Parts: sequence; structure tokens; C-alpha cells
Amino acid sequence: MRMAAMLVAAALAAGAAQAQDLLIRGARVHTAGSAGTLEDADVLVRGGRIADVGRGLAAPTGATVIDAKGRPLTPGLFGGLTQIGVEEVELEPSTVDAELEFKQPAWMHEWRPEFDVTRAFNPRSAVIPVTRVEGMTWTMLAPTAQHSMIAGQGAAVSLAGRWESVIGGRTLFVNLGSAALEASGGSRAAQYMLLDQAIREVREPATAGEGALLQPEGRAALKDYLAGGRVVFRVERAADIRAAIDYARRHGMKPVIAGGNEAWLVARELAAADVPVILNALDNLPGDFDRLTARLDNAKLLNEAGVRVAFSWTDTHQARKNRQLAGNAAAHGMAWEAALAGLTSAPAKIFGIADRGTIEKGKAADLVLWSGDPLEVTTVAEQVWVDGQPVEMKSRQTELRDRYLERLRSRQAQ
Amino acid sequence: MVEALLAALVAAGVSACAVQAQQPAAVPPEVPAPAGRAPYSSAYAAPAQPAPILIRNATVLTGTGSRIDGGDILIESNRIAAVGRGLEAPAGATVIDAAGRWVTPGLIDVHSHLGVYPSPQLNAHSDGNEATDPVTAGVWAEHSVWPQDPGFQRALEGGVTSLQILPGSANLIGGRGVTVKNVWGRSYQDMKFPGAPQGLKMACGENPKRVYGGRQKAPSTRMGNVAGYRQAFADAQDYREQWKEYEAKLAVFKAGSKSDATAPKPPKRDLRLETLAAAMNGELLVHNHCYRADEMGIMLDLAREFGFRISAFHHGVEAYKLADRLAAEGVCGALWADWWGFKLEAWDSVQENLAIVDAPAGSCAIVHSDSSEGIQRLNQEAAKAMTRGVRAGLDIPPERAIRWVTANAAKALGILGQTGTLETGKMADVVLWNGTPFSVYALPDIVFIDGVLRYDRARPDAKPRSDFEL
Repeated sequence: MRMAAMLVAAALAAGAAQAQDLLIRGARVHTAGSAGTLEDADVLVRGGRIADVGRGLAAPTGATVIDAKGRPLTPGLFGGLTQIGVEEVELEPSTVDAELEFKQPAWMHEWRPEFDVTRAFNPRSAVIPVTRVEGMTWTMLAPTAQHSMIAGQGAAVSLAGRWESVIGGRTLFVNLGSAALEASGGSRAAQYMLLDQAIREVREPATAGEGALLQPEGRAALKDYLAGGRVVFRVERAADIRAAIDYARRHGMKPVIAGGNEAWLVARELAAADVPVILNALDNLPGDFDRLTARLDNAKLLNEAGVRVAFSWTDTHQARKNRQLAGNAAAHGMAWEAALAGLTSAPAKIFGIADRGTIEKGKAADLVLWSGDPLEVTTVAEQVWVDGQPVEMKSRQTELRDRYLERLRSRQAQ
Repeated sequence: MVEALLAALVAAGVSACAVQAQQPAAVPPEVPAPAGRAPYSSAYAAPAQPAPILIRNATVLTGTGSRIDGGDILIESNRIAAVGRGLEAPAGATVIDAAGRWVTPGLIDVHSHLGVYPSPQLNAHSDGNEATDPVTAGVWAEHSVWPQDPGFQRALEGGVTSLQILPGSANLIGGRGVTVKNVWGRSYQDMKFPGAPQGLKMACGENPKRVYGGRQKAPSTRMGNVAGYRQAFADAQDYREQWKEYEAKLAVFKAGSKSDATAPKPPKRDLRLETLAAAMNGELLVHNHCYRADEMGIMLDLAREFGFRISAFHHGVEAYKLADRLAAEGVCGALWADWWGFKLEAWDSVQENLAIVDAPAGSCAIVHSDSSEGIQRLNQEAAKAMTRGVRAGLDIPPERAIRWVTANAAKALGILGQTGTLETGKMADVVLWNGTPFSVYALPDIVFIDGVLRYDRARPDAKPRSDFEL
């Protein structure tokens, strides 16, 4: 048993693509795709990909067959915008690689769009198994920033635990609004002033003399984003959201709003501009003057206005809580299928991950078999597959649990 | 003022016995108010309940460990008048048909910073940590509470009827906590839970040593932390002795016949030591922020050295490692369902923590929030912890798990005699849920505090709003 587990772990770590065929029978398949939910359906996986979805599928010779007994099967869930793999213990700097901080004036060193946080990704992070056994199979690795508006670049990573984990193209992260005031001389007006300067340095490198915001590498990195690159703006206030969309459009960027506590106020504009929002569905307090109108039905209102919505909790270690966000969005009026999409197909579309996020033919077989309603807090993930391979349902936390449960039982037996 | 009052009484030849009788021990007595309410005491009184209320045919979790299917609750004169099946509606009663719905006691959060770290979280609102000295036992959280914090209303919508507001954990001994009813008031006294003992906030581990160590000041280590608590309580022992001596002299003076003798001079009141002496005398309940099992073990010894009791360890990410000892010593574990990893002392988290702490006989497991978000969903946190426990093979039905957010919390706050369960004679703090509270889809339909309707989901226009949100 233990040996088998070790083999699974070794196979995952090595990225060995010796995926065994898999047939999951009789599941309530939430495809998160155009087929919606299929009752009593089968999913066939070959070579790590979904080969077929339907009823009465035949098991190929040698395939592992799982009887789902009607339990729900979903795509592997999105863990949100996190620092999984670049942050072990938040308050221990030696374990954190999520932020660039030279402790110099911002204009000297810290406008570094070339900073690519994925290069620090550690697929052996203890946070990965803890998150993965809860059904999260991928996350958007996002750099953080306190001393620059430009946090840098991130990308989608699989939580398979392989050496090569990046599964999507690069995305730039920009902070706006009051959270970035210290990095912009104390005024949000200066945020656009500085962004304008940076863009001018890219377009007219000759202007980038002394006091330039960007290094040559930074100019090269930012240039890509001015030709339709995806830029996540972390911003809450309705007025700032409008300004960010307008700015991105004028400069050829493809904007994504993260945070968006007041996005519901500009839902129509967001829908018209096809700008998605990644939000924390539990935000309902006026935490500061950027989000005085935060409300629990933000996700519902945006979805009904036609805005693509995905979910993200605020804390790396609790990425697993993302499922609870979707459940609460549903409890506060968001259509259930849309709430599930916010953990699956919506983030995949937002970040251009074409081969994940739904249970459809040809997609990578990231799958989760649940004990019940996947958005419900009393439900747990019973088995997770990444690229068609079963994940060992074990983490440092389950090992600690087992050690102390054993002690509890032996004491009770005395 | 105490001294002045005593002197005046003595000078007037009036026996001071009445004043002395209020002193449970050798701690300076609270100053009696000139008229009516004592300073800083509760000014809360529930408005009279206009008519009896009968909630019928609900699934009732009483908080005592029982579940009544098809159960009724009768609320009269602000109290729970009866719980059972087939209750008769008194004349004029409002009857609520609760078929398909669940009823629980009002939820109680033992660890909140609402009002002291309110929304919006601006500099002007940062009132939860008097981080200027590692021992600030003289401060009272209630004097920082901003009753207009919109978080109170949000917590009410989550079924929270009582909560303890604590100072933060920057200090070894951060000050006194206050228990309030979750009712709107112009000042905290309008919310203060009548008769509830105050808490004393203490903190182990990383926070105090980081805050003060970072300033090249003690404590900068865990051993520095422990020396800090010990010296503070040793000083308080000395202080208590001074008051005992004074009282003995005063007794001699009063018994004496010499008319020319002068009354002994009382020691100067020291608010810091007064608080610690009160904790040693059991008048304040100690609430100890402590993550690691080994440090909880040290704190239990500290309590033994100075003769006080720890009511609850808060956060206790490693409480499962000494669940048996907590139960044996009668110390509650006030815990999160699954927070972890934000610092090293929160590294050894397990999602079965609450369930394991709950398992031994005599246990007292509590779900706490420490969060303006978490306090809105204590039921969901309990649901997650219950689920993990059940999957680990522990027997935790909903009627048991509900105690984590009701009766056990009330016990830790010293208010179990008044609230925390649905038992005849208790305050009618009652939540009617749209279904089982152990669900992400659960929402309170109606919340009563002392039998008074404080929240009705069907009437969003009628819900109270903080001045700030206008």
C-alpha cells in the first residue's frame, strides 16, 4: 500500500506520462461546459486526456474502473490568485518569493514588469498537497507588491507537483487604488501618470533616460502586454475600475479585474467591454473607502449582467476555501452552474487555459469525485485526478491527523 | 475614589460593612455609582416583548446536546418559556410555522475584534492593540468599541447574538475583554451583557516577541514571554498583599475604641495590577491566545503557579495534540475550522482539530472567528469541522456540533446560566434558520435577542444599519 503510494508520488513528481486508462462510471457529471450536468454518466480517460463522456462507455482493457455511485464529478477546481509554491510561511521571509522588494525608492528599482514569479515556483511546497486533496488542481500564481504598482508576471500552474508545472501564458499584475497609494506618491492620479511614463518608455525607448521607471528588460516585458496581453488590475472602487478598463483598452491590454468589490456598480460597462472579474464572494464590509458598497450578491449581479466571474480567496494557505466562496455566492442568489463555472470554466477562459476547466472530450483529465454537492461545506473531495493520474489523498495535515487520532484512540481504549 | 468613599463613610461613623460586603476578595472594590448604574456597567435592558411567540414544528437543536424533530419553542417576557412538542399557543401569541426549518440558540463568538478593529479599517480605527508595553492589563477593550461598526449588523445576519470583544495579541497581557449582546447601541454600555464577567486577554508565542523584540525590547524570545507573565503576576501578588494588609488594619481601626486613631491610608490603585489580581481571584476569565501545544502546557503551569484558571485557549492550532489534557483541566479550546500557515506557530494545523478536542469526556470545543468575515458564518465553520470529524470516525451529530458555537462558547464566557441553550428561563436568544445550519446554503430567517426580533431576512428594508452606512 505504502509502496504503491510512493510510486504514485514518484510518478507525479517525475511527470511520467504513463497514465493508465481510467473509466469513471455512473457519476453526476458537472461538465462546466455546454453539456451542463449529466446524470449517471461515464467519463473515459486515456493518455491523461478525456477521451469520452457519455452513458454506457466500455472500459478499455487494463483500465482502472471507478464506480462513482451517482456522486458528483467536476473538473479540477481553480485555487484562485495565490502564492502557492512561492510562499510557505507568510511571516517567514526566507520562505517567501512572492514579492520583489529592493527597499529602494520605487522609481529606482522596483518597476520590474520582467519580474516573473513562476521562476521561483517550488512544486514540492507543502501547501500543494494540502490544497490538492481538497479538489484544487490548478492556481494562478500571482506576484504581490507593496512598493510598486507593478507586481510583475505570473502564470497558471498545475498543482500536480511536477517540476514543469506552468500550464498557461504569462499575465501581468498591476495594483491600483488605495492599496497602491504608497507606491504612487500618495495619489491615485499619479498611478496613471506613472503608467503613462512607463508606456512611453516602451514605445519611445529614447525617452528612457535617467530616472526611467523601466530597465531594458522591463521595456521588453511590458511591450508584449501592449499588444493584447492579459493584465490583472487589482482594484476595488467603481470609479477606479472604469478608469482601469479605459486605460487598458487605450493601450492595447486585455484587462481582468481582481477584487472588484464595487464591480456590481459598473456591471454593464464590464459586460459591454467583455472584462471578467475575479472576486471574493464573502466581501461585504466597507473595509476601506474604496469599497463602501461591497455586497454579498456582487457575483450574482455581475453574472446576471453578463460578466464572466471567477472566485479567489485572499490567502494562499486557504486556497481550498475558494469552494466555500462559490457556495456562498450561490446561497446569495448566483445561479448554481455559474457559481461552479467560477471555479472551473470561467477562470480557465479568463487565463486562456484552453485544455482545462471543463469535462469535455480532448481536455486534460483534471477531475474530482465528491462526496456530495461540490459547493457544500459538508462535502469533501474523495478522489482527485490530475492529468488522468490519481492523486495520493494525503498531505502533511492528514499525516498529523492520523498520528494524533491514533493516540486518541489508544488512550480511549485504555 | 474608593479611598475617598471609605474615608467619608468612616468619618460619618457609618459602618463600611456594606461596602466591604461587595468585595469578594482583597481587590479594590468597584466604585459604586452616585446614583443608579455603576460606571462602565451594562445599560442594556431588553425592550418588553409585546406578545408571546410560538415557533412551531421546527427541527430544534437545543444546545444541550438534544435534537427535537417537530419541536416548538415558546418565548414569553423575553425568556424561553417552554421547549418541546405540541405546545399550546397562549392567547395573543404570534405563531411562526417553522416546518422544514431549524431552530438553534443564538450563536456566540468568544473571539471578536468588532468595534475595536472596525470597518472601515483606517488608521483612526486601529484601537485593538495598546502595543506600547508588553503588559497593559489596565486597558479595557470596551473603551475602544465603536458601536457603529457595520460588522455587528453583518454578524447578526449570521445569527450571532452575543460576542466577546477582546484586545489584540500584540501584548503578553493585552487587557480586559468585554461580552456584549449584538444589539445596536449609541455606546457600548447599551450593548454590554448584563452581569457577564470580563475577560483577560493574554498572548503566547510569536506576536508579543515579534512586536517587542523588533524594538530591541523585552520580550524578544519565548522565555522572555514567560518571564514577562510571571513578573506581572508576581507584582500583582504583592499588590494583593498590600490591599489585604490595608483591610486588616482597617478592620482593627474600625473595631478599636481610640477616638484619636487615624484611619489607615489605602494603597494607591494600580489599574494594571488590579486587573491581574482580579484574574487571580477568579473574577475575570482568562482568554489565552496560544497556538502551540507545548506553550499551552507552559501556560497551564503558569496558571497553577499563580492560582488562576484559564477559561479558554484561543486559536490553538495544535490543541488536538493535548486534547486529553485540556478536557481533564476543564479548559476550552476556541478554534478555527481550518486556518493555517500564516506563521510558523500555525503550521501544524489539521482540519480535525475541533473534532479531536471535542472527543474526550469533559471537553469544551468552541468555534471562534477572530474575523469580521468568519463571525458571519460560524455555522459554516462548525459544519466544516463536524464533517472532518465524522469522516475521521468520530460521532458528532449536529446536536453536538451546535454546542461549539452556542453552549460551549457561553461556558467559556461565564454566561451559560443566562444564554447559550434553549432551556426554560434563559434569555430568549434564538435563531430560526432556513434549513439545517450545517450548510453553505444556510441563512438565518429570523434572529431574536431576548425575545425581541432583531433581524428578519424577509424584511431587508427593516434591518438596522449603522450610521456609517447611511
